Amino acid sequence: MAERDAYGEEKRDRDRFVARILLALVVLAVIVLALGWRLSGLQVGAHSHFTTLSENNRLRVEPIAPTRGVIRDRNGVLLAGNRASYQLEITVERAGDLDALLDRLRNYVELSEADVERFQRGVRQRRPFQPVLLKAGLDDVTVARLAVSRHEMPGVEIEARPLRYYPLGADFSHAVGYVGRINQQDLQRVDPRVYAGSSHIGKSGVERYYEELLHGRPGYRQVEVNAQGRVLRELSVTPPQPGTDLILTLDANLQRAAYRALEGRDGAIVAMDPNNGEILALISAPGFDPEAFVHGISQADFAAVRDNKRRPLFNRALSGQYPPGSTVKPLVALAALEEEVTTAEREIFARGYYQIPGHERRFRDWRREGHGRVDMSRAIAVSSDVYFYDLAHTMGIDRMVPILGAFGLGQRVGIDSTGERAGILPSRDWKRARHGEVWYPGETLITAIGQGYMLTTPLQMADFTAALATRGQRYQPHLLRAMDNGNGALEYPLPVVRDPVVAAPKHWDTIHDSLVKAVHARHGTAWGSVGSTRPEYTIAGKTGTSQVFSLAEDQEYDEAELARRLWDHALFVGYAPAEDPRIAVAVLVEHGGSGGRVAAPVARKVMDAFLLDAADMAIDPEDS
Amino acid sequence: MISVTGRELSLGQWVLRDLRLDSVLLVLLSILLLLGLVVLFSASGESLVVIERQLMRIGFGVAAMLLVAQVSLHALRAISPWLFVAGVILLLLVMWIGDVGKGAQRWLDLGFMRFQPSEIMKLAVPMMVAWYLSQRRGRPRFRDLLVTVVLIMVPVYLIMQQPDLGTSMLVGAAGFLVIFLAGLDWRWFVGLGLAITAAIPVLWSQMLDYQRQRVLTLFNPESDPLGAGYHIIQSKIAIGSGGLYGKGWLSGTQSQLEFLPEPSTDFIFAVYAEEFGFIGVALLLLLYFTIVARGLWIAALAQDRYARLLGGSISLTFAVYMVVNIGMVTGLLPVVGVPLPLVSYGGTSLVTLMVAFGILMSIGSQKRLVNR
Repeated sequence: MAERDAYGEEKRDRDRFVARILLALVVLAVIVLALGWRLSGLQVGAHSHFTTLSENNRLRVEPIAPTRGVIRDRNGVLLAGNRASYQLEITVERAGDLDALLDRLRNYVELSEADVERFQRGVRQRRPFQPVLLKAGLDDVTVARLAVSRHEMPGVEIEARPLRYYPLGADFSHAVGYVGRINQQDLQRVDPRVYAGSSHIGKSGVERYYEELLHGRPGYRQVEVNAQGRVLRELSVTPPQPGTDLILTLDANLQRAAYRALEGRDGAIVAMDPNNGEILALISAPGFDPEAFVHGISQADFAAVRDNKRRPLFNRALSGQYPPGSTVKPLVALAALEEEVTTAEREIFARGYYQIPGHERRFRDWRREGHGRVDMSRAIAVSSDVYFYDLAHTMGIDRMVPILGAFGLGQRVGIDSTGERAGILPSRDWKRARHGEVWYPGETLITAIGQGYMLTTPLQMADFTAALATRGQRYQPHLLRAMDNGNGALEYPLPVVRDPVVAAPKHWDTIHDSLVKAVHARHGTAWGSVGSTRPEYTIAGKTGTSQVFSLAEDQEYDEAELARRLWDHALFVGYAPAEDPRIAVAVLVEHGGSGGRVAAPVARKVMDAFLLDAADMAIDPEDS
Repeated sequence: MISVTGRELSLGQWVLRDLRLDSVLLVLLSILLLLGLVVLFSASGESLVVIERQLMRIGFGVAAMLLVAQVSLHALRAISPWLFVAGVILLLLVMWIGDVGKGAQRWLDLGFMRFQPSEIMKLAVPMMVAWYLSQRRGRPRFRDLLVTVVLIMVPVYLIMQQPDLGTSMLVGAAGFLVIFLAGLDWRWFVGLGLAITAAIPVLWSQMLDYQRQRVLTLFNPESDPLGAGYHIIQSKIAIGSGGLYGKGWLSGTQSQLEFLPEPSTDFIFAVYAEEFGFIGVALLLLLYFTIVARGLWIAALAQDRYARLLGGSISLTFAVYMVVNIGMVTGLLPVVGVPLPLVSYGGTSLVTLMVAFGILMSIGSQKRLVNR
């Protein structure tokens, strides 16, 4: 019985076991089918999705930065070029402990705070596995020492990258501009795809205006990478399209001579060819070292340049707005002739001041004893304020403004550079809109001598001087002479002709003769400093003094007693040779004092350099 | 050749019978091991060194299997409690003097080799539980359940402390499968399930940060694509991009270009799936299922309770291995560190599994001997 029980027990036990085994098998079969279902979902259902992800893992498109176009002057002198610069870069993903690595690298290179600061900024903004610049412009010895020890420092790379350089430096800093490292703001104004491989972008001047041409189009290479981001092989390459080389209208000899002619004073010079609008020289002094920005300027250095009292970053030639002073008188005279307010021959007696009939206020002449009897020609040559007060009073502001506008005052010239400002051509409408006030007759008087509300840039002064030289023909001032796309032929944009200033020929003759007299006649304001030295060619010009500081009616202006920063700006505009003008020049010397004494000789030197010394002073294009 | 009961046996049959081997299981295991070597060659970046080492382990494992297959069930049963006690002592030793590797204390340095006592428990626990239950008659009662749960949970707890979530789970599974196969009343399993559910918060508080992180990222791997979720995301990409036919042997970009983490060990299934596609995957699943089914068949024919329970538990534990690993690499289960059985590169687990199959073969041969 016990044995039968045992047998029965054994059988039940076994049946129970088999039942459980079968149950386990069924459950397992269900689980395996579920796994199969899951796998088919991944491998068949979502196959294309995962294939894309897998390809994204494996393939990387790397941009190849195009070579930036170089910039030359009209004679082929290099103004902005590219040269290989060795730089120390770090791939953070491979480097490990960054602080330890930096400490180690200090044994090889000097790392300024600015370098480290920029590096840390770069680390935060980088794409994965993108090397971050630590130090640019390594010298050969450092490169060699680093190359020897580099294998001990993973992630450290020495790259030779083309970097912008400006062989002629500060002389051209405002004419050419500069490039700097791309920042967040820059990325908002350009297509980031085009700049994916680029480190620099034009920040000012021609470099910025022609950024699109100079930059070129990036190329791409498709590479296969492993999980560490290391490139295993190259699958395809689209070469970059290099930037266009630019040939500017600037003349490097003239530019340097003009810069030197300022003799270290602050100011601006614009010289152009009146016959086609080509800018021959464009100076704002002091300049700055454009390469400081290329390498990446530190906050402290930048603050030092920015806060410098002499404002080296300020482009006086395009952005500086100054009262044109007496330089505007020829335009007012032409307006009066055209409006038949007066004739060239009519004389007035110019005392030391002028009063609007029925008014008390005296409008003073710059010469307190006055100029005596003057006709228009003499009035321009001696720069009689009283003559022009009288003229302006008779003419009125409304008849004066249109012709000044026709010379371009109050409007941007539209030069192919950055930072240009429009100046102010005051009028009744302008004053109502700007100040909400009516125009007073006295304001007409001071407008006629280029003071009061009126403001012009040195570029505008050169522009209207060129129009005087060509008797009203006006060409668009421009800096770009030709483009070199590398296909052998240069491409010259056509000079743009603007609306001329229309006036009777004899009126032009009057103005022209007056301007020649201003320089070459004994009574001319530029006689003492220029005319008396008997230049080899005839100059037509006009001096000017631009007031910084207004004097009360009865006060006397005395340079010696005034702080230098309150001295008047010295101005001179002119063209030469007077019979067949080839160059028009505007000179501004900030706080220079008298236009005749200070600004006119500067203009003379510029003209000499252009008309006489060109051959002697030539910079050999091969040299640079 | 040799005439026994008037029937001629070929040499092969003789070898199989005299070495107490199961021919079906042997063939299936050989296919799996060979396939494993093929995949490992690709997963290791065509490393012959790795293949050589794995071959040595397979050799060692096969030898162990042959050896264990010769041990009689009687002897196995007799040593079961002692093995269990020895295993628990070793686990305690690990806690005191074990080597620390990968942030976990699992190894015991024996001087000539390092050794994971938790591997012993994969076999010692089901042997112990089967031994205990084979002493009892009839369905396991509440008292039996209490005793066996304690027997299982002591080593599970110790292994979890190392910490080794994967192994402790497999050890626990092996033990509970024995209780299940012994025919424990359904209600107890329901109760146990509820108890486990209730224990989850307690377990959670016991887990280390990296274990919690693994569990958390399972549910949303995309939340941390470069950190904790990276493994699962890359594994799914590898499997999914394999498609129906696969990218071809040695041509899986995810594994060859090192996007896939641990391609030779825990994630070797993803390498296989990428290179051999869904067709290869389906065949592999079928192979595993057949091995488990054959193991269960052997267990079902066993003559006594101890052999049945142990054989069934071994077979099903093997299935758990496979399901957990594949579930893990396909993103269905947390990444707990369970290798793909007999395919993943790595020593101790392979040897343990081969020993387990040795036991299964011993069970199978006992059946034949009794039949005869």
